[in-house]
Amino acid sequence: MYIIVCGAGKVGWNLARELIDKGEEVTLIEGDRRRYLVVEQELEHAVQYGDATELWVLERAGIQRADLVIAVTGDDEDNILISQVAKEKYLVERIVARVNNPRNVDHFKLLGIHPVVSATDLILRLIEHEVPQYGLVHLLDLAEERLEIIELIVADDAVTAGKRINEVPLPDGSLIISILRGGEGFVPKSDTVIESGDEVLVVLDPGLEEEITRQFASQGAATGG
Amino acid sequence: MFVLIVGAGRVGSAVARWSLDQGNEVSVLDEDPLSQERLNRDQTTSWDDAGGMFTVGTALEVDALEAAGIERADVCIVCTDGDNTNLVVGQVAQRRFEVGRVIVRVLDPYRAEWYREQGLHTICPTQVAIEMLEEAVVSS
Repeated sequence: MYIIVCGAGKVGWNLARELIDKGEEVTLIEGDRRRYLVVEQELEHAVQYGDATELWVLERAGIQRADLVIAVTGDDEDNILISQVAKEKYLVERIVARVNNPRNVDHFKLLGIHPVVSATDLILRLIEHEVPQYGLVHLLDLAEERLEIIELIVADDAVTAGKRINEVPLPDGSLIISILRGGEGFVPKSDTVIESGDEVLVVLDPGLEEEITRQFASQGAATGG
Repeated sequence: MFVLIVGAGRVGSAVARWSLDQGNEVSVLDEDPLSQERLNRDQTTSWDDAGGMFTVGTALEVDALEAAGIERADVCIVCTDGDNTNLVVGQVAQRRFEVGRVIVRVLDPYRAEWYREQGLHTICPTQVAIEMLEEAVVSS
């Protein structure tokens, strides 16, 4: 696979290195001359100097044959432009864009750029994972494929606590795929009894979170989301 | 007409002043409070006194665009000093706020051309300069 990474900051440089280690063909583009010279010492010909929002720079990097373009500069307007041009002008099949300021996410969406990766968002998810009082953690969101995996903690007074899997009235389009109990995960059977404090992984169609959360949340508490 | 001008540099401030003199309602958005002074330069009445509006804010922030009145703008001229910012803001004005007439200043001729082909009204001063220089060479 041929991958172009735009922006050789901490994210771009490390990403390029990892991808090269995995055996991918990678070109990294960096617009700051001094930064380029530093990165070039390690990555040599795999890094090119230039402003990745200039069409000729992208063309020089071979964007016409790129399978994936990753826009991870520190400026959202640049990432939007690179993604838009890559997708619509050069018909690159896959794009990944970084959102620096979460408030700009709407602009990416408006212009049809996805998936987007926001560091703020990722850190928030980690916090939710580590500090699970939020109740519900999104582990995976595949918007295009309309598929999600969420993690829920079974509250002490949840309606499902003490019930068997086959007694849990989950909506169509959802399935309990794993239970984490005492630090260990297992795939439940229909007669597995759900205990309070269990972490339940559910795969679901988007839009079912609320209904599912209700089954595992404390009956007094508001559901998370 | 309500005219919103995003970016009050040399170009933006001059167009803003002209637009106000034409009898339009004019609102200017710029992230630098000092750029309001540019609107007052060589003028007998200040921008405020002449009835112009000025909002300090970042062009990419929807809140700032709304504070500057984008929702009721008939015309939106985007001319900050960043081509990419202008291209994004221009598309936001066109697609999200459905401003009737959006004009975007883009210095890079290639980006200006491609986005023009995509239906965005771009103006490229660089291209104008190139053509003028070429013409000057031929006619001299």
